[in-house]
Amino acid sequence: MAVTTPAKLDAHALRADFAYLEELVNGSPIAYLDSASSTQKPKQVLDAMREFYEHSYANIHRGVYRLAERATEGYEGARSKVAAFINAPSTREVIFTRNATEAINLVAYGWGLDNLGPGDVVIVSELEHHANLVPWQYIASRTGASVRAIPIDDLGELNLDVLDAIAREGNVKVVGVGLVSNTLGTINPVERIAAFAHAQGAILVVDAAQAAPHRAVDVQALGCDFLAFSSHKLCGPGGAGALWGKAELLEAMSPFNLGGSMIRSVALDKTTFNELPYKFEAGTQAIAEAYGFGVAIDYISEIGLPAIEAHEHELTAYALDKLAELDFIKVFGPPVERRAGIISFDVAGVHPHDVAQILDWEGIAVRAGHHCTQPLMTRLGVAATTRASFYLYSLPEEVDRLVAGLLKVKKSLG
Amino acid sequence: MSEFEQLYREVILDHYRSPRNHGLLEPRDAYAEGQNPLCGDEISVTVRFGAGDVIEKVGFEGQGCAISQAATSMLSDLVTGRTAQEVAAMAKDELLEEIGIPLTPVRLKCALLGFGVLKVALHKAKGTPLPEEWGTSAGDITLV
Ligand SMILES: Cc1ncc(COP(=O)(O)O)c(C=O)c1O
Repeated sequence: MAVTTPAKLDAHALRADFAYLEELVNGSPIAYLDSASSTQKPKQVLDAMREFYEHSYANIHRGVYRLAERATEGYEGARSKVAAFINAPSTREVIFTRNATEAINLVAYGWGLDNLGPGDVVIVSELEHHANLVPWQYIASRTGASVRAIPIDDLGELNLDVLDAIAREGNVKVVGVGLVSNTLGTINPVERIAAFAHAQGAILVVDAAQAAPHRAVDVQALGCDFLAFSSHKLCGPGGAGALWGKAELLEAMSPFNLGGSMIRSVALDKTTFNELPYKFEAGTQAIAEAYGFGVAIDYISEIGLPAIEAHEHELTAYALDKLAELDFIKVFGPPVERRAGIISFDVAGVHPHDVAQILDWEGIAVRAGHHCTQPLMTRLGVAATTRASFYLYSLPEEVDRLVAGLLKVKKSLG
Repeated sequence: MSEFEQLYREVILDHYRSPRNHGLLEPRDAYAEGQNPLCGDEISVTVRFGAGDVIEKVGFEGQGCAISQAATSMLSDLVTGRTAQEVAAMAKDELLEEIGIPLTPVRLKCALLGFGVLKVALHKAKGTPLPEEWGTSAGDITLV
Protein backbone atom coordinates (compact mmCIF):
# COMPACT_ATOMS: atom_id res chain seq x y z
CA MET A 1 0.00 0.00 0.00
CA ALA A 2 1.33 3.38 -0.90
CA VAL A 3 1.80 5.60 2.07
CA THR A 4 0.99 9.16 1.13
CA THR A 5 2.55 11.81 3.27
CA PRO A 6 0.45 14.92 3.26
CA ALA A 7 1.74 17.83 1.25
CA LYS A 8 3.56 20.16 3.63
CA LEU A 9 2.06 23.53 4.13
CA ASP A 10 4.12 26.68 3.88
CA ALA A 11 3.26 28.63 7.00
CA HIS A 12 5.45 31.57 6.02
CA ALA A 13 3.58 31.96 2.74
CA LEU A 14 0.17 31.51 4.39
CA ARG A 15 0.89 34.29 6.86
CA ALA A 16 0.57 36.77 4.02
CA ASP A 17 -3.18 36.04 4.13
CA PHE A 18 -3.45 37.27 7.72
CA ALA A 19 -3.01 41.00 8.13
CA TYR A 20 -2.30 40.97 11.84
CA LEU A 21 0.46 38.39 11.52
CA GLU A 22 2.26 40.71 9.11
CA GLU A 23 2.00 43.78 11.31
CA LEU A 24 5.04 44.84 13.22
CA VAL A 25 4.78 45.82 16.85
CA ASN A 26 8.00 47.34 18.18
CA GLY A 27 9.78 46.08 15.09
CA SER A 28 8.69 42.46 15.10
CA PRO A 29 5.51 40.57 14.32
CA ILE A 30 3.30 39.30 17.11
CA ALA A 31 3.71 35.63 17.91
CA TYR A 32 0.02 34.80 18.08
CA LEU A 33 -0.08 31.61 20.12
CA ASP A 34 -3.75 31.70 21.08
CA SER A 35 -5.50 30.09 18.15
CA ALA A 36 -7.27 27.58 20.39
CA SER A 37 -9.27 30.54 21.68
CA SER A 38 -9.94 31.96 18.26
CA THR A 39 -7.99 32.14 15.05
CA GLN A 40 -6.96 35.08 12.95
CA LYS A 41 -8.94 35.55 9.72
CA PRO A 42 -7.49 35.28 6.23
CA LYS A 43 -8.27 37.95 3.68
CA GLN A 44 -9.97 35.33 1.48
CA VAL A 45 -12.71 34.98 4.10
CA LEU A 46 -12.94 38.69 4.84
CA ASP A 47 -13.03 39.65 1.15
CA ALA A 48 -15.67 37.04 0.38
CA MET A 49 -17.86 38.24 3.22
CA ARG A 50 -17.54 41.83 2.16
CA GLU A 51 -18.39 40.88 -1.39
CA PHE A 52 -21.38 38.90 -0.14
CA TYR A 53 -22.63 41.76 2.00
CA GLU A 54 -22.18 44.20 -0.88
CA HIS A 55 -23.66 42.18 -3.70
CA SER A 56 -25.56 39.14 -2.44
CA TYR A 57 -27.10 40.09 0.86
CA ALA A 58 -30.80 39.93 1.68
CA ASN A 59 -32.83 37.87 4.10
CA ILE A 60 -33.03 34.28 3.02
CA HIS A 61 -35.68 31.71 2.18
CA ARG A 62 -38.84 33.72 1.70
CA GLY A 63 -37.61 36.25 -0.82
CA VAL A 64 -38.87 36.03 -4.38
CA TYR A 65 -36.49 38.56 -5.84
CA ARG A 66 -33.13 37.51 -7.23
CA LEU A 67 -31.02 39.07 -4.51
CA ALA A 68 -32.78 37.00 -1.87
CA GLU A 69 -32.27 33.94 -4.02
CA ARG A 70 -28.56 34.66 -4.22
CA ALA A 71 -28.34 35.12 -0.48
CA THR A 72 -30.18 31.83 0.07
CA GLU A 73 -27.82 30.09 -2.32
CA GLY A 74 -24.83 31.45 -0.42
CA TYR A 75 -26.26 30.35 2.91
CA GLU A 76 -27.33 26.90 1.76
CA GLY A 77 -24.08 26.47 -0.13
CA ALA A 78 -22.28 26.96 3.16
CA ARG A 79 -24.44 24.26 4.70
CA SER A 80 -23.35 21.86 1.98
CA LYS A 81 -19.73 22.76 2.68
CA VAL A 82 -20.15 22.08 6.39
CA ALA A 83 -21.83 18.76 5.62
CA ALA A 84 -19.05 17.66 3.28
CA PHE A 85 -16.39 18.87 5.71
CA ILE A 86 -17.51 16.43 8.43
CA ASN A 87 -18.77 13.75 6.01
CA ALA A 88 -22.38 14.16 7.09
CA PRO A 89 -24.74 11.87 5.18
CA SER A 90 -27.17 14.69 4.51
CA THR A 91 -27.29 18.49 4.57
CA ARG A 92 -30.65 18.20 6.40
CA GLU A 93 -28.61 17.09 9.39
CA VAL A 94 -26.55 20.27 9.58
CA ILE A 95 -27.96 23.07 11.69
CA PHE A 96 -26.39 26.49 11.80
CA THR A 97 -25.96 27.84 15.31
CA ARG A 98 -24.09 30.78 16.76
CA ASN A 99 -21.23 28.63 17.97
CA ALA A 100 -20.34 25.26 19.48
CA THR A 101 -21.82 26.31 22.80
CA GLU A 102 -25.22 26.98 21.31
CA ALA A 103 -25.04 23.71 19.37
CA ILE A 104 -24.50 21.74 22.58
CA ASN A 105 -27.23 23.68 24.36
CA LEU A 106 -29.57 22.82 21.52
CA VAL A 107 -29.00 19.11 22.17
CA ALA A 108 -29.10 19.45 25.96
CA TYR A 109 -32.43 21.31 25.85
CA GLY A 110 -33.94 19.74 22.75
CA TRP A 111 -33.06 16.16 23.53
CA GLY A 112 -32.25 16.22 27.22
CA LEU A 113 -35.37 17.87 28.62
CA ASP A 114 -37.60 15.28 26.96
CA ASN A 115 -35.47 12.20 27.44
CA LEU A 116 -33.75 12.53 30.80
CA GLY A 117 -35.22 11.78 34.20
CA PRO A 118 -34.44 10.40 37.64
CA GLY A 119 -32.15 7.38 37.49
CA ASP A 120 -30.63 8.52 34.21
CA VAL A 121 -26.95 9.34 33.92
CA VAL A 122 -25.13 11.81 31.70
CA ILE A 123 -21.45 11.00 31.35
CA VAL A 124 -18.97 13.75 30.57
CA SER A 125 -15.25 13.91 31.25
CA GLU A 126 -12.93 15.83 33.53
CA LEU A 127 -11.42 17.40 30.43
CA GLU A 128 -14.62 19.04 29.22
CA HIS A 129 -14.86 22.67 28.33
CA HIS A 130 -17.65 24.28 30.36
CA ALA A 131 -19.64 24.38 27.11
CA ASN A 132 -19.98 20.60 27.23
CA LEU A 133 -20.47 20.37 30.98
CA VAL A 134 -22.63 23.20 32.28
CA PRO A 135 -25.58 22.60 29.89
CA TRP A 136 -25.66 18.95 30.99
CA GLN A 137 -25.42 19.85 34.67
CA TYR A 138 -28.28 22.26 34.24
CA ILE A 139 -30.56 19.97 32.25
CA ALA A 140 -29.75 17.09 34.62
CA SER A 141 -30.76 19.23 37.59
CA ARG A 142 -34.00 20.18 35.82
CA THR A 143 -34.86 16.56 35.03
CA GLY A 144 -33.51 14.70 38.06
CA ALA A 145 -30.77 12.95 36.09
CA SER A 146 -27.22 12.82 37.41
CA VAL A 147 -23.90 13.75 35.83
CA ARG A 148 -20.77 11.65 36.14
CA ALA A 149 -17.32 12.50 34.82
CA ILE A 150 -14.76 10.15 33.34
CA PRO A 151 -11.58 10.87 35.30
CA ILE A 152 -8.20 11.49 33.71
CA ASP A 153 -4.87 9.95 34.57
CA ASP A 154 -1.75 11.94 35.34
CA LEU A 155 -1.00 12.40 31.65
CA GLY A 156 -4.38 14.00 31.13
CA GLU A 157 -5.89 11.05 29.29
CA LEU A 158 -9.30 9.56 29.94
CA ASN A 159 -9.46 6.52 32.15
CA LEU A 160 -12.12 4.54 30.30
CA ASP A 161 -11.89 1.64 32.74
CA VAL A 162 -14.40 3.40 34.96
CA LEU A 163 -17.13 3.40 32.34
CA ASP A 164 -18.59 0.05 33.37
CA ALA A 165 -18.75 1.10 37.01
CA ILE A 166 -20.50 4.34 36.07
CA ALA A 167 -22.93 2.37 33.91
CA ARG A 168 -23.99 0.38 36.97
CA GLU A 169 -25.11 3.58 38.70
CA GLY A 170 -28.07 4.16 36.43
CA ASN A 171 -29.28 4.34 32.85
CA VAL A 172 -26.63 6.00 30.80
CA LYS A 173 -28.55 8.20 28.36
CA VAL A 174 -25.94 10.68 27.17
CA VAL A 175 -22.20 10.58 26.77
CA GLY A 176 -20.76 14.02 26.05
CA VAL A 177 -17.08 14.23 25.28
CA GLY A 178 -14.64 16.46 23.46
CA LEU A 179 -12.58 15.12 20.60
CA VAL A 180 -9.62 17.28 21.60
CA SER A 181 -9.13 18.94 24.99
CA ASN A 182 -8.80 22.70 24.68
CA THR A 183 -6.53 22.87 27.72
CA LEU A 184 -4.26 19.82 27.46
CA GLY A 185 -4.55 19.01 23.77
CA THR A 186 -5.45 15.40 24.62
CA ILE A 187 -6.91 13.56 21.64
CA ASN A 188 -9.67 11.36 23.03
CA PRO A 189 -10.48 7.88 21.72
CA VAL A 190 -13.98 8.80 20.67
CA GLU A 191 -14.57 5.67 18.57
CA ARG A 192 -14.13 3.54 21.69
CA ILE A 193 -16.43 5.80 23.66
CA ALA A 194 -18.99 5.55 20.86
CA ALA A 195 -19.03 1.76 21.18
CA PHE A 196 -19.65 2.05 24.91
CA ALA A 197 -22.36 4.69 24.50
CA HIS A 198 -24.26 2.70 21.93
CA ALA A 199 -24.01 -0.50 23.96
CA GLN A 200 -25.74 1.48 26.72
CA GLY A 201 -28.39 2.81 24.36
CA ALA A 202 -27.05 6.31 25.01
CA ILE A 203 -26.48 9.12 22.55
CA LEU A 204 -22.93 10.36 22.00
CA VAL A 205 -22.46 14.10 21.76
CA VAL A 206 -19.04 15.11 20.49
CA ASP A 207 -17.60 18.56 21.08
CA ALA A 208 -15.35 19.01 18.06
CA ALA A 209 -14.58 22.70 18.67
CA GLN A 210 -10.85 21.97 19.01
CA ALA A 211 -10.71 19.14 16.51
CA ALA A 212 -12.55 20.27 13.39
CA PRO A 213 -10.15 23.17 12.69
CA HIS A 214 -7.06 20.99 12.91
CA ARG A 215 -7.71 17.44 11.69
CA ALA A 216 -10.15 15.66 9.42
CA VAL A 217 -13.38 14.89 11.25
CA ASP A 218 -15.77 12.27 9.96
CA VAL A 219 -19.03 11.91 11.87
CA GLN A 220 -19.73 8.52 10.34
CA ALA A 221 -16.33 7.08 11.21
CA LEU A 222 -16.54 8.49 14.73
CA GLY A 223 -19.91 6.87 15.26
CA CYS A 224 -21.34 9.84 17.14
CA ASP A 225 -24.92 11.06 17.23
CA PHE A 226 -24.27 14.77 17.50
CA LEU A 227 -21.21 16.89 16.79
CA ALA A 228 -20.64 20.57 17.48
CA PHE A 229 -18.06 23.10 16.33
CA SER A 230 -17.50 26.81 15.74
CA SER A 231 -16.52 28.83 12.71
CA HIS A 232 -14.33 31.31 14.56
CA LYS A 233 -11.80 28.64 15.52
CA LEU A 234 -11.18 27.64 11.90
CA CYS A 235 -10.45 30.98 10.25
CA GLY A 236 -14.12 31.86 9.88
CA PRO A 237 -16.13 34.70 11.38
CA GLY A 238 -17.66 34.71 14.83
CA GLY A 239 -21.40 34.25 15.21
CA ALA A 240 -21.56 31.03 13.21
CA GLY A 241 -21.27 27.44 14.28
CA ALA A 242 -22.73 24.10 13.41
CA LEU A 243 -24.50 21.19 14.97
CA TRP A 244 -24.62 17.94 13.11
CA GLY A 245 -27.11 15.34 14.34
CA LYS A 246 -28.55 12.11 13.07
CA ALA A 247 -31.74 12.89 11.19
CA GLU A 248 -33.93 10.46 13.13
CA LEU A 249 -32.87 12.03 16.42
CA LEU A 250 -33.29 15.58 15.18
CA GLU A 251 -36.71 14.74 13.76
CA ALA A 252 -37.92 13.35 17.06
CA MET A 253 -36.54 16.30 19.04
CA SER A 254 -38.40 19.30 20.33
CA PRO A 255 -37.36 22.65 18.88
CA PHE A 256 -34.94 24.82 20.83
CA ASN A 257 -35.68 28.39 19.76
CA LEU A 258 -39.15 29.17 18.52
CA GLY A 259 -40.45 31.85 16.21
CA GLY A 260 -40.11 32.76 12.57
CA SER A 261 -38.65 30.45 9.91
CA MET A 262 -38.83 27.34 12.04
CA ILE A 263 -42.55 26.83 11.38
CA ARG A 264 -44.56 25.20 8.63
CA SER A 265 -47.88 26.77 9.58
CA VAL A 266 -49.11 28.79 12.46
CA ALA A 267 -52.61 29.33 13.75
CA LEU A 268 -53.35 31.11 16.97
CA ASP A 269 -53.86 27.84 18.80
CA LYS A 270 -51.43 25.56 17.05
CA THR A 271 -48.13 25.54 15.19
CA THR A 272 -46.55 22.82 13.10
CA PHE A 273 -42.82 22.96 12.88
CA ASN A 274 -40.77 23.15 9.75
CA GLU A 275 -38.73 20.27 8.39
CA LEU A 276 -35.06 19.74 9.09
CA PRO A 277 -32.86 21.66 9.39
CA TYR A 278 -35.10 24.74 9.52
CA LYS A 279 -36.99 23.50 12.56
CA PHE A 280 -33.90 24.45 14.55
CA GLU A 281 -33.12 27.76 12.85
CA ALA A 282 -35.60 30.22 14.29
CA GLY A 283 -35.30 33.88 13.43
CA THR A 284 -32.99 35.60 10.99
CA GLN A 285 -29.71 33.78 10.93
CA ALA A 286 -26.19 35.15 10.73
CA ILE A 287 -26.39 34.77 6.97
CA ALA A 288 -23.13 36.30 5.81
CA GLU A 289 -21.33 34.73 8.74
CA ALA A 290 -22.60 31.29 7.76
CA TYR A 291 -21.45 32.08 4.25
CA GLY A 292 -18.03 33.11 5.59
CA PHE A 293 -17.91 29.90 7.64
CA GLY A 294 -18.22 28.03 4.32
CA VAL A 295 -15.45 30.09 2.76
CA ALA A 296 -13.21 29.37 5.74
CA ILE A 297 -13.89 25.66 5.33
CA ASP A 298 -12.82 25.99 1.69
CA TYR A 299 -9.71 27.86 2.77
CA ILE A 300 -8.50 25.26 5.27
CA SER A 301 -9.63 22.35 3.10
CA GLU A 302 -7.57 23.66 0.23
CA ILE A 303 -4.50 23.75 2.46
CA GLY A 304 -5.56 20.30 3.57
CA LEU A 305 -6.48 19.09 7.04
CA PRO A 306 -3.78 16.39 7.00
CA ALA A 307 -1.17 19.03 6.18
CA ILE A 308 -2.44 21.29 8.95
CA GLU A 309 -2.38 18.41 11.42
CA ALA A 310 1.14 17.43 10.40
CA HIS A 311 2.38 21.02 10.64
CA GLU A 312 0.96 21.46 14.12
CA HIS A 313 2.29 18.09 15.19
CA GLU A 314 5.78 19.08 14.16
CA LEU A 315 5.54 22.39 16.01
CA THR A 316 4.14 20.71 19.10
CA ALA A 317 6.93 18.17 19.16
CA TYR A 318 9.48 20.95 18.78
CA ALA A 319 7.88 23.04 21.52
CA LEU A 320 7.61 20.12 23.94
CA ASP A 321 11.31 19.37 23.43
CA LYS A 322 12.29 22.99 23.98
CA LEU A 323 10.12 23.40 27.05
CA ALA A 324 11.49 20.18 28.53
CA GLU A 325 14.88 21.90 28.64
CA LEU A 326 13.53 24.54 31.03
CA ASP A 327 13.57 23.16 34.55
CA PHE A 328 11.18 25.83 35.84
CA ILE A 329 8.44 24.81 33.39
CA LYS A 330 6.01 22.01 34.06
CA VAL A 331 4.02 20.93 31.01
CA PHE A 332 0.64 19.28 31.55
CA GLY A 333 -0.89 16.69 29.27
CA PRO A 334 -0.06 13.70 27.11
CA PRO A 335 2.97 12.94 24.96
CA VAL A 336 3.07 14.39 21.48
CA GLU A 337 1.74 11.23 19.80
CA ARG A 338 -1.61 11.70 21.45
CA ARG A 339 -1.70 15.48 21.63
CA ALA A 340 -2.97 18.22 19.34
CA GLY A 341 -1.26 21.62 19.02
CA ILE A 342 -2.07 22.84 22.51
CA ILE A 343 0.37 23.13 25.41
CA SER A 344 -0.61 24.19 28.92
CA PHE A 345 2.14 24.71 31.43
CA ASP A 346 3.08 26.07 34.80
CA VAL A 347 5.98 28.44 35.43
CA ALA A 348 7.39 27.73 38.88
CA GLY A 349 6.48 30.50 41.28
CA VAL A 350 4.88 32.80 38.72
CA HIS A 351 1.16 33.18 38.23
CA PRO A 352 -0.07 32.64 34.64
CA HIS A 353 -1.40 36.22 34.51
CA ASP A 354 2.03 37.56 35.19
CA VAL A 355 3.54 35.13 32.69
CA ALA A 356 1.13 36.24 29.97
CA GLN A 357 1.68 39.90 30.84
CA ILE A 358 5.45 39.70 30.50
CA LEU A 359 5.19 37.60 27.32
CA ASP A 360 2.87 40.24 25.86
CA TRP A 361 5.62 42.82 26.23
CA GLU A 362 7.80 40.46 24.22
CA GLY A 363 5.15 40.37 21.50
CA ILE A 364 3.91 36.89 22.38
CA ALA A 365 0.18 36.33 22.78
CA VAL A 366 -0.70 33.38 25.02
CA ARG A 367 -3.73 32.71 27.17
CA ALA A 368 -3.66 32.58 30.95
CA GLY A 369 -6.50 31.29 33.05
CA HIS A 370 -8.66 28.24 33.53
CA HIS A 371 -9.58 28.03 29.84
CA CYS A 372 -13.22 27.31 30.76
CA THR A 373 -12.13 24.01 32.30
CA GLN A 374 -12.32 24.63 36.03
CA PRO A 375 -12.91 20.99 37.04
CA LEU A 376 -9.75 20.12 35.10
CA MET A 377 -7.81 22.85 36.93
CA THR A 378 -8.98 21.35 40.20
CA ARG A 379 -7.82 17.93 39.05
CA LEU A 380 -4.43 19.33 38.07
CA GLY A 381 -4.19 21.13 41.39
CA VAL A 382 -3.74 24.59 39.90
CA ALA A 383 -5.97 27.66 39.70
CA ALA A 384 -4.87 28.46 36.19
CA THR A 385 -2.31 27.62 33.53
CA THR A 386 -0.56 29.42 30.73
CA ARG A 387 -1.48 27.99 27.34
CA ALA A 388 0.19 28.23 23.95
CA SER A 389 -1.66 26.88 20.93
CA PHE A 390 -0.78 26.58 17.27
CA TYR A 391 -2.44 26.83 13.91
CA LEU A 392 -1.56 26.61 10.26
CA TYR A 393 0.26 29.96 10.38
CA SER A 394 2.36 29.20 13.47
CA LEU A 395 6.13 29.04 13.11
CA PRO A 396 9.02 27.34 14.91
CA GLU A 397 10.52 30.82 15.37
CA GLU A 398 7.51 31.64 17.51
CA VAL A 399 8.28 28.69 19.72
CA ASP A 400 11.83 30.01 20.08
CA ARG A 401 10.48 33.40 21.04
CA LEU A 402 8.18 31.78 23.58
CA VAL A 403 11.13 30.00 25.16
CA ALA A 404 13.19 33.19 25.25
CA GLY A 405 10.21 35.02 26.74
CA LEU A 406 9.82 32.39 29.45
CA LEU A 407 13.47 32.79 30.39
CA LYS A 408 12.76 36.49 30.81
CA VAL A 409 9.71 35.73 32.95
CA LYS A 410 11.84 33.51 35.14
CA LYS A 411 14.49 36.20 35.45
CA SER A 412 12.10 38.98 36.41
CA LEU A 413 9.55 37.25 38.66
CA GLY A 414 10.62 33.66 39.23
CA MET B 1 11.14 53.06 32.55
CA SER B 2 10.40 49.73 30.90
CA GLU B 3 6.89 48.31 30.73
CA PHE B 4 7.93 45.77 33.31
CA GLU B 5 9.06 48.45 35.75
CA GLN B 6 5.88 50.43 35.22
CA LEU B 7 3.54 47.61 36.12
CA TYR B 8 5.66 45.63 38.49
CA ARG B 9 6.80 48.63 40.50
CA GLU B 10 9.28 47.94 43.27
CA VAL B 11 6.58 48.38 45.89
CA ILE B 12 4.27 45.92 44.10
CA LEU B 13 7.00 43.31 43.89
CA ASP B 14 7.82 43.89 47.53
CA HIS B 15 4.22 43.31 48.62
CA TYR B 16 4.01 40.29 46.31
CA ARG B 17 7.18 38.67 47.60
CA SER B 18 6.58 39.51 51.26
CA PRO B 19 2.88 40.08 51.70
CA ARG B 20 1.80 41.95 54.82
CA ASN B 21 -0.81 40.39 57.06
CA HIS B 22 -0.53 37.05 55.36
CA GLY B 23 -2.26 34.10 56.99
CA LEU B 24 -5.80 33.67 58.24
CA LEU B 25 -6.57 34.91 61.75
CA GLU B 26 -7.79 32.62 64.47
CA PRO B 27 -9.93 33.62 66.29
CA ARG B 28 -11.62 36.02 63.91
CA ASP B 29 -14.76 38.10 63.74
CA ALA B 30 -15.29 38.22 60.00
CA TYR B 31 -14.50 35.94 57.09
CA ALA B 32 -15.17 35.75 53.38
CA GLU B 33 -13.61 34.13 50.37
CA GLY B 34 -14.06 34.88 46.73
CA GLN B 35 -12.82 33.99 43.29
CA ASN B 36 -12.31 35.98 40.17
CA PRO B 37 -14.31 33.79 37.79
CA LEU B 38 -12.25 35.02 34.85
CA CYS B 39 -8.96 33.60 35.98
CA GLY B 40 -9.69 31.48 39.03
CA ASP B 41 -7.71 33.73 41.40
CA GLU B 42 -8.78 33.15 44.98
CA ILE B 43 -8.58 35.25 48.09
CA SER B 44 -9.78 34.57 51.64
CA VAL B 45 -9.94 37.42 54.13
CA THR B 46 -10.32 37.35 57.90
CA VAL B 47 -10.82 40.36 60.16
CA ARG B 48 -10.56 40.95 63.90
CA PHE B 49 -12.33 43.98 65.35
CA GLY B 50 -11.46 46.10 68.33
CA ALA B 51 -13.83 48.43 70.18
CA GLY B 52 -16.31 50.36 68.05
CA ASP B 53 -16.04 48.14 64.95
CA VAL B 54 -12.46 49.29 64.40
CA ILE B 55 -10.47 46.83 62.29
CA GLU B 56 -7.68 45.73 64.56
CA LYS B 57 -6.16 43.22 62.22
CA VAL B 58 -6.70 41.75 58.78
CA GLY B 59 -5.31 38.40 57.67
CA PHE B 60 -5.54 37.05 54.15
CA GLU B 61 -4.48 34.14 52.03
CA GLY B 62 -4.82 33.57 48.37
CA GLN B 63 -3.68 32.18 45.11
CA GLY B 64 -3.24 34.56 42.30
CA CYS B 65 -1.10 36.85 40.23
CA ALA B 66 1.35 39.39 41.57
CA ILE B 67 -1.17 42.20 41.14
CA SER B 68 -4.01 40.53 43.06
CA GLN B 69 -1.79 39.40 45.91
CA ALA B 70 0.13 42.65 46.22
CA ALA B 71 -3.06 44.71 46.05
CA THR B 72 -4.62 42.71 48.87
CA SER B 73 -1.48 43.08 50.94
CA MET B 74 -1.52 46.86 50.45
CA LEU B 75 -5.22 46.93 51.21
CA SER B 76 -4.71 45.10 54.48
CA ASP B 77 -2.30 47.81 55.63
CA LEU B 78 -4.55 50.55 54.38
CA VAL B 79 -7.68 49.51 56.27
CA THR B 80 -6.15 48.55 59.59
CA GLY B 81 -7.31 51.04 62.22
CA ARG B 82 -10.41 52.13 60.31
CA THR B 83 -13.96 51.18 61.18
CA ALA B 84 -15.94 48.63 59.21
CA GLN B 85 -18.29 51.40 58.13
CA GLU B 86 -15.45 53.57 56.86
CA VAL B 87 -14.02 50.70 54.85
CA ALA B 88 -17.42 49.77 53.45
CA ALA B 89 -17.69 53.34 52.19
CA MET B 90 -14.13 53.47 50.90
CA ALA B 91 -13.91 54.11 47.16
CA LYS B 92 -11.84 51.75 45.07
CA ASP B 93 -9.89 54.73 43.77
CA GLU B 94 -8.18 55.08 47.11
CA LEU B 95 -6.71 51.60 46.76
CA LEU B 96 -5.93 52.13 43.07
CA GLU B 97 -4.03 55.31 43.90
CA GLU B 98 -2.02 53.40 46.45
CA ILE B 99 -1.25 50.72 43.88
CA GLY B 100 -0.30 53.52 41.54
CA ILE B 101 0.11 51.66 38.27
CA PRO B 102 -1.83 51.73 35.00
CA LEU B 103 -4.16 48.73 34.89
CA THR B 104 -5.98 47.21 31.93
CA PRO B 105 -9.60 46.17 32.56
CA VAL B 106 -8.57 42.55 33.14
CA ARG B 107 -5.82 43.45 35.57
CA LEU B 108 -8.18 45.86 37.33
CA LYS B 109 -10.29 42.89 38.31
CA CYS B 110 -7.17 41.24 39.72
CA ALA B 111 -6.34 44.35 41.72
CA LEU B 112 -9.82 44.68 43.19
CA LEU B 113 -10.50 41.06 44.11
CA GLY B 114 -9.30 41.38 47.71
CA PHE B 115 -11.12 44.68 48.09
CA GLY B 116 -14.38 43.03 47.10
CA VAL B 117 -13.86 40.04 49.36
CA LEU B 118 -13.09 42.31 52.32
CA LYS B 119 -16.32 44.24 51.74
CA VAL B 120 -18.24 40.97 51.73
CA ALA B 121 -16.59 39.91 54.99
CA LEU B 122 -17.54 43.21 56.64
CA HIS B 123 -21.05 42.92 55.26
CA LYS B 124 -21.47 39.46 56.72
CA ALA B 125 -20.13 40.44 60.13
CA LYS B 126 -21.43 43.98 60.56
CA GLY B 127 -24.18 44.35 58.00
CA THR B 128 -22.33 47.15 56.24
CA PRO B 129 -23.57 47.93 52.74
CA LEU B 130 -22.07 46.33 49.65
CA PRO B 131 -21.13 48.62 46.76
CA GLU B 132 -24.25 49.89 45.03
CA GLU B 133 -23.12 48.82 41.57
CA TRP B 134 -23.16 45.21 42.76
CA GLY B 135 -26.92 45.18 43.21
CA THR B 136 -27.85 42.08 45.17
CA SER B 137 -24.85 40.05 44.03
CA ALA B 138 -21.18 40.32 44.79
CA GLY B 139 -20.27 41.93 41.49
CA ASP B 140 -17.39 40.27 39.73
CA ILE B 141 -16.64 38.04 42.66
CA THR B 142 -17.87 34.50 43.00
CA LEU B 143 -18.36 33.74 46.65
CA VAL B 144 -17.34 30.26 47.65
C1 LIG C 1 -13.34 22.28 23.54
C2 LIG C 1 -14.22 23.46 23.38
N1 LIG C 1 -15.53 23.30 23.41
C3 LIG C 1 -16.38 24.33 23.25
C4 LIG C 1 -15.91 25.60 23.07
C5 LIG C 1 -16.89 26.70 22.94
O1 LIG C 1 -16.80 27.27 21.70
P1 LIG C 1 -17.61 28.60 21.43
O2 LIG C 1 -17.15 29.57 22.45
O3 LIG C 1 -17.22 28.96 20.05
O4 LIG C 1 -19.04 28.25 21.56
C6 LIG C 1 -14.55 25.82 23.03
C7 LIG C 1 -14.01 27.17 22.83
O5 LIG C 1 -13.50 27.85 23.63
C8 LIG C 1 -13.69 24.73 23.19
O6 LIG C 1 -12.36 24.91 23.19
